[in-house]
Amino acid sequence: MLHLVLFLVFGAICVAGAINLLVQSHPISSALSLVVVMASLAVEYLLLGAEFVAAVQVIVYAGAVMVLFVFVIMLLNAGVEERTKGSQVALILGIPGVLAGGLLVAWVLIERTGTATVGLGALPGFPKTIGNLLFHDFLLPFEITSVLVLIAIMGAVVLASRPEPKNPEKES
Amino acid sequence: MLSLPIFLVASVVKIVLVIFILLTAVAYTVWLERKVVGHMQNRWGPSRVGPFGLLQPLADGIKFLLKEDLTPPHVYRPLFIAAPMIAVICALTSISVIPFGTAIPVAGHIIPLQITDLNIGLLLILGVTSIGVYGVALAGWSSNNKYSLLGGLRASAQMVSYEICLGLSLVGVLIVSGSFSLQQIVESQRGYFWGFIPKWNIFYGCQFVAFFIYLMAAYAETNRIPFDLPEAETELVAGYHTEYSAMKFAMFFMAEYANMITVACLATILFLGGGNGPLFGPPVLRLILPTFYFVAKVFVFLFTYIWVRGTLPRFRYDQLMAFGWKFLFPLAIANLVVTALVVAYRS
Repeated sequence: MLHLVLFLVFGAICVAGAINLLVQSHPISSALSLVVVMASLAVEYLLLGAEFVAAVQVIVYAGAVMVLFVFVIMLLNAGVEERTKGSQVALILGIPGVLAGGLLVAWVLIERTGTATVGLGALPGFPKTIGNLLFHDFLLPFEITSVLVLIAIMGAVVLASRPEPKNPEKES
Repeated sequence: MLSLPIFLVASVVKIVLVIFILLTAVAYTVWLERKVVGHMQNRWGPSRVGPFGLLQPLADGIKFLLKEDLTPPHVYRPLFIAAPMIAVICALTSISVIPFGTAIPVAGHIIPLQITDLNIGLLLILGVTSIGVYGVALAGWSSNNKYSLLGGLRASAQMVSYEICLGLSLVGVLIVSGSFSLQQIVESQRGYFWGFIPKWNIFYGCQFVAFFIYLMAAYAETNRIPFDLPEAETELVAGYHTEYSAMKFAMFFMAEYANMITVACLATILFLGGGNGPLFGPPVLRLILPTFYFVAKVFVFLFTYIWVRGTLPRFRYDQLMAFGWKFLFPLAIANLVVTALVVAYRS
């Protein structure tokens, strides 16, 4: 009972954070709302029983990734965003699109109860289980993903490193 | 298992006790630091308030409470007020998974000396520490002052960089003990190698390398000399907390020292065997001794902190980054590989 109440409360906080992210006009406030969304998602994982995923969510997303976001915003010294009237397409297609998507998700959840949903505390979230799954059952996808990440890191290094400045004295 | 009402009462009592002891320890770590650094620099340190200046922390506390709480007009108020709270909340949260000793029987119930024993205890501490960066970074940004901003930027860059080394140095210990629960990590270090060397993780294989990495990364994470660039007085006035006064400044101060104590507790649990040590004497003494050993080890670690502060000068910023990324990081990876090989060979 207590778990269900907590789950709903943090779900509400998560949605509120996401809406606040869009409404806020200052980049830092938006980034911090995103941190709130990430942290409340972590609590939801914890309530579902996925302890390890919750901890990793906080460490990686709320901790590392968002700190870098905030860091970049501070360095750029980005000001308050300008309000425009928005595009016509978004106004005409946006609301029906959101409604259709919401209806689709609701329909799937109602029709397919039991296959795609999980009870509170039902996920096998122990670090040992996750380790076995990652390094035994899903070893190949895991390794391929790690190679992808490595390529991305190398790309970032290549893009970030400046070309060697030409030394005029050496040439002459 | 305890029944719900007893569990609630025990938890509340434990939380109140731990917070009281932690805050007192914070106050007296400050006193110890002033006293020890004073003697190292050939002066007396606090000596006027009470015997040996022992009441000095109390006087400081009263001063912080009674001082005028200034908020400069150009700051971004919501974050300016929230930043010290984030810092102090994160610092106090991570103490909740630390086991201080063995379980003690109280009125027929076995009460563990730990607020909660989580499966992911160590990850919780790492997560809370990574959230703690926001306190410092936002304080620097919301102060709207270039020295504060520079301090905040330095702090977040430094903490993000050294967090990686901190995490990697702990993975070796996790491989050796095979659990994230701090209680079980302490349990796994019970006993002796060859009958006389304590079976602490620091003596296991090349874990002393991991301990060295942990020590360096921990000093950097808590912004202490020789890594105190975020608040370098000679360059940045006071860094990220330049604009803060009275209780808001005291919260940053408390957060820093509470973090020091958490780091010391963690080092004790992970590398120095927690409350393990020779047990002797009557049953009551056997219950108290683990806590005594734990506190003694934490004290040694804190003293080293102060000793280093009294001894070393500050790094230059490029030296700090080069040390972290080009020396500690490869060393941590090498240590990880060697530890994994040793454990795989022995099993």
